[in-house]
Amino acid sequence: MNRIHTLFNSKKSRVLSIYFTAGFPALEDTLPIMEAIQAGGADIIEIGVPYSDPIADGPTIQDSNMIALENGISLKKLFEQLKGFRSKIHIPVVMMGYLNPIMQYGMEAFCKKCQEVGVDGLILPDLPMQQYLDDYKALFEQYGLVNTFLISPQTTEKRIKEIDENTSGFIYMVSSHGVTGAKSGITEEQVSYFERVQALNLKNPRLIGFGISDAETFSKASENSNGAIIGSAFIKTVKSSKSLNEDIQTYIQSVIIEKL
Amino acid sequence: MIKVDEKGFYGKFGGAYIPEMLHPNIEELKENYEAIMASHEFQDEFRGLLKDYVGRPTPLYFASRLSEKHGAKIYLKREDLCHTGAHKVNNTIGQIILAKKLGKKRIIAETGAGQHGVATATVCALMGMECTVYMGEIDIARQHPNVERMKILGAKVVPAISGSKTLKDATNEAMRAWINDPVGTHYIIGSVVGPHPYPEMVARFQSVISEEMKWQLKEKEGRENPDIVIACVGGGSNAAGAFYHYYNTPEVRLVAAEAAGLGVNSGKSAATTALGTPGILHGSKTILMQTEDGQVVEPHSISAGLDYPGIGPVHAHLFDVGRGEFVAVEDKDAMAAGFELSKLEGIIPAIESAHALYALNLIEYSKDDVIVINLSGRGDKDLETYIKWGNY
Repeated sequence: MNRIHTLFNSKKSRVLSIYFTAGFPALEDTLPIMEAIQAGGADIIEIGVPYSDPIADGPTIQDSNMIALENGISLKKLFEQLKGFRSKIHIPVVMMGYLNPIMQYGMEAFCKKCQEVGVDGLILPDLPMQQYLDDYKALFEQYGLVNTFLISPQTTEKRIKEIDENTSGFIYMVSSHGVTGAKSGITEEQVSYFERVQALNLKNPRLIGFGISDAETFSKASENSNGAIIGSAFIKTVKSSKSLNEDIQTYIQSVIIEKL
Repeated sequence: MIKVDEKGFYGKFGGAYIPEMLHPNIEELKENYEAIMASHEFQDEFRGLLKDYVGRPTPLYFASRLSEKHGAKIYLKREDLCHTGAHKVNNTIGQIILAKKLGKKRIIAETGAGQHGVATATVCALMGMECTVYMGEIDIARQHPNVERMKILGAKVVPAISGSKTLKDATNEAMRAWINDPVGTHYIIGSVVGPHPYPEMVARFQSVISEEMKWQLKEKEGRENPDIVIACVGGGSNAAGAFYHYYNTPEVRLVAAEAAGLGVNSGKSAATTALGTPGILHGSKTILMQTEDGQVVEPHSISAGLDYPGIGPVHAHLFDVGRGEFVAVEDKDAMAAGFELSKLEGIIPAIESAHALYALNLIEYSKDDVIVINLSGRGDKDLETYIKWGNY
């Protein structure tokens, strides 16, 4: 069974997924960061594949992408780094990246490599559902990869249901209008959107992302979903860190702690 | 047959590869643009403004001295005489009327050299709409007069400080701004690029160029079809407009002039079809300049309007099926052609359009051939580049 399915079968709430940029802050930090995320107590690791033109990302993640590319990261290099990571990492791992670098690598070669190294799923923000169904669904399934779609406050109920029908891992709920890292804090308007989606009784679990940064926002997001995703706030932690392993674990523990 | 299909593809190229956050906006456009554009109300307003505000039809001018020099019957389609100095305004007029009909309150746009930004700021002033233009920080520094023009017209100019700080990054920033404020905002893309339906929509607004060419040529030559149409291609909006009504008339040769910068293989070039490979840029599948690893490469051209690492999907398709002839024109040759037209015809062309003029030296034709060159813009904005180049 896919590790993502196994996870959500046993854990229904307060699931924490952490996004980091591969090859950042230093080229060879990829694996040490993954180990620290797991050791800190997160449930899912999202590996960001750097791209020169990440249109759904705000300045923090853009900046980390640029630095990683300058460091010399590429998909080829990333797969070399990931070789054998399953001897150390047992939690689900998903790749998050824009289509173009993956297309140049070759979609089938990419999927095959993902399966080989032990990646469980994909999040490709610029791959719309229709294109996925037309071109890639069969391929992803062949290599055991679960595809995650995004929804936003603008997504209609009808489309949310279609997306729910066509995915089997989890749904990535973008918390507000905006690119990643735009703002933090959760407004009442956002809570009513979370409740609205909660009430649809979707078959897939939902993780809320964009604007989640600490224990308070994580808990609030988890009230009306199965958990949350942290990206930009984590990148900031990593960027200013002098001791990656320690700082990452401390940060993650500060997020998942349940305040009485 | 050159035609967009219902999923937004021209052959292998096109589509709408966009984040889900933009899906409702793109759907709204897709579902409404054809009906709105077909309505009498829209057409009356669009045609009326093109006539009285833009100054259309633009002349089709027989360039006798240029013809004599090159040995063919050469006509210039005078888009340089449009209000704001280039063809860009045909599209912004169309899109702003559309935005109004969709109930949008705010306009955003990207710009490279500033021509599309100025054309957008102009129509926003005309319609009393709020306007924000995203422009690369480097372009802001090197295109100062256009930045001030936009501000005089009431637009806000926001520097794009990400990536290479030029047109492609301004486009990224505009898309991000649209994601940040999707409900009341319309994004006026300036070329035949971006997710479907933009490439087709922009091409239709620009197709007034070839629509006029047909009846003007009929008046002057007794036939609607020239032997050759030549246009420069950055993203490719003026070329799409000049080619549009000839796509499916195979006896009309369509020549696209790309910018070769310091030379196709110099590492400082924007000759997309010569150097590019298929991929995805700004929401559509097209041909783009990229590394082996799929990172987008920063192009170079002396002409800021051609300084773009991709081309519109329709042009990628014309290239792919061999319907278009693509030539690459270096900076120095474009400059020479610009000076030549200035001396021979008393017209200082935009350096973008000078690339199309130089293409005359790169293709075969005979002296009886009727050639239409789309003179997409005037050279006023490029005066400093002409002066620096010298040798006139």
